[in-house]
Amino acid sequence: MTIDAQVPSPVRVDKSRGSGFQTAAWIAFTVLLFWMLVALFAPLIAPYGQGELLSDDSFALAGDVGLLGGDYLGRDILTRVVYGAQMTLGLAAIITVIGFAVGIALGFLAAVSGGIVDTVLSRSIDAVMAFPSIMLALIVIASLGTSLEVLVLTIAAIEATRVFRVSRALAMDIGVMDFVEVARARGEGLWWIMRREIFPNATGPLAAEVGIRFTYAILFISALSFLGLGVQPPNADWGSMVRENLQGLLFGSFAPLIPAAAIATVTFSINLIVDWFLHKSNRDISDEILQ
Amino acid sequence: MLTLIVRRLMHAIVVLWVVSVLVFAATEVLPGDVAIAIMGQNATPEALEAIRDRLGLHRPAPVRYVEWLGGLITGDLGISLANSLPGLEMKVSELIAERIDDTVRLAGLAALVSVPLSVLLGLIAAMTAGSRIDRTIQGATLCSLSVPEYFVAAILVMILAVQLRWFPVISSFRTGQTFWQMVPAMVLPVVTLTISVMAHMTRMTRAAVLNVLASPYIEMAILKGVGRSRIILLHALPNALAPIFNVIALNLAYMISGVVIVETVFNFPGMANLMVGAVSVRDIPLVQACAMIFCTAYVGLNLTADLLSIVVNPRLRHPR
Repeated sequence: MTIDAQVPSPVRVDKSRGSGFQTAAWIAFTVLLFWMLVALFAPLIAPYGQGELLSDDSFALAGDVGLLGGDYLGRDILTRVVYGAQMTLGLAAIITVIGFAVGIALGFLAAVSGGIVDTVLSRSIDAVMAFPSIMLALIVIASLGTSLEVLVLTIAAIEATRVFRVSRALAMDIGVMDFVEVARARGEGLWWIMRREIFPNATGPLAAEVGIRFTYAILFISALSFLGLGVQPPNADWGSMVRENLQGLLFGSFAPLIPAAAIATVTFSINLIVDWFLHKSNRDISDEILQ
Repeated sequence: MLTLIVRRLMHAIVVLWVVSVLVFAATEVLPGDVAIAIMGQNATPEALEAIRDRLGLHRPAPVRYVEWLGGLITGDLGISLANSLPGLEMKVSELIAERIDDTVRLAGLAALVSVPLSVLLGLIAAMTAGSRIDRTIQGATLCSLSVPEYFVAAILVMILAVQLRWFPVISSFRTGQTFWQMVPAMVLPVVTLTISVMAHMTRMTRAAVLNVLASPYIEMAILKGVGRSRIILLHALPNALAPIFNVIALNLAYMISGVVIVETVFNFPGMANLMVGAVSVRDIPLVQACAMIFCTAYVGLNLTADLLSIVVNPRLRHPR
């Protein structure tokens, strides 16, 4: 998929997707939980060290070296996929947290205070969004060089612009409701209104957004690493593992496919869960209307 | 309608100007000295001075911005730092001129294949909403949304290039080749790019048509007994055209990030490949020029989408 992509949410409620859909969502949850545990306990699970050379041959067959074979330098692929999970998912989690913290804070602030604050914030975000995000990342990396800090902050900033849009729109809708008016009339401050009145009512849509943005972060980090501009060797990361082992395809090695498949299982699971979640919340709403 | 079009054009120009300021500023305002970035931390002060002189870094930034922008408009994109040898300067414009054709050809071919195919698939999915065909299309697109481009590319290479030997693994062209001689090397990159943009286009086309199908006048048409295909093609499609055009242009814009990945996978000698190389050696003038060209394409595509949806929107055809 292209990393600029935004998944349009299915608004229609079709009741045809019932129990099968839920089973798929449960499998997706399990897959996701599996990768989270792998990422958390990487040093305990990995059979070898992340940079340990096990063989002089490139692309040793599965069984000769480790369970999944060796990479282009003769390191164990299983070990590196496990450490890669930690790196890729860990970075994506940090990016998502920063992106949401900044995006929600600014988005709510713009919606609640309105006027000049809103105009300035919205226009600056528009300016950033006029770039294809990969171009923005490439320009920043060209001028600052590659480091984990630059990587995390750049992608988090790009995420924050998307989160800003969503949370501003949500806060605009919630902000005109009576209970916010009441809070304002009571003389509550901006921060209190954002935290106690608007945020609790925005959690549903924001939760779905977390899934979408987390997937986007994973794909973005690995795309940059794949280009050789993200996580640098000898650190293992799913995107750079694909890059390092790409020429293995010529020798019939599955080495580049394994980390790529790992990315695909995570992102596919999250997309499934998000779909299921939106479908479920839509159905809840329509049930309420029917009652 | 004319005022709308003019306003939209002015908007695009403003956006391009903002983009140019940001592209220039990113390499200026950000911490870190360009001269040190180029020469490395261990450069002697004399060498740093020399490169600052060559780049004109002593003059104020606004002056350099105006010069840079003027050069950009007249096609003088400056001198590539990484590709120049002492005494032999390599112009950025020459480097880009060598590469841009192949990138345009790659993206153009992918667009030619993916646009009709995904609009068709989206229409089929919308017409059969809820059925097995629809669910298959939905599942397949969700799958392809989740998979990075290089995974698709790696599988294609594995099967079609390595096992079956139908196509070359790496796309390389010699000068003087005719278009048809280039075809085998183009197939895999074009197919990869097509797959990666099709998912969104299909899903969004489906959503756009379904949205129109939910409106009261369609219900009216159903109630008075109009046939199903007639409803879709004559009643729904004209009103769904504007969102579909938007979808197409949006996704062609997304293609820019796809192009960057695909060119790297196949070592395709295009402009994105040139830019990624320039980023890793921090060849700032080359990066700036490439970024401006890609961003212009992006802004241009978004502009086209908006203009087309103004033109095909029946409600906007007559001034009120």
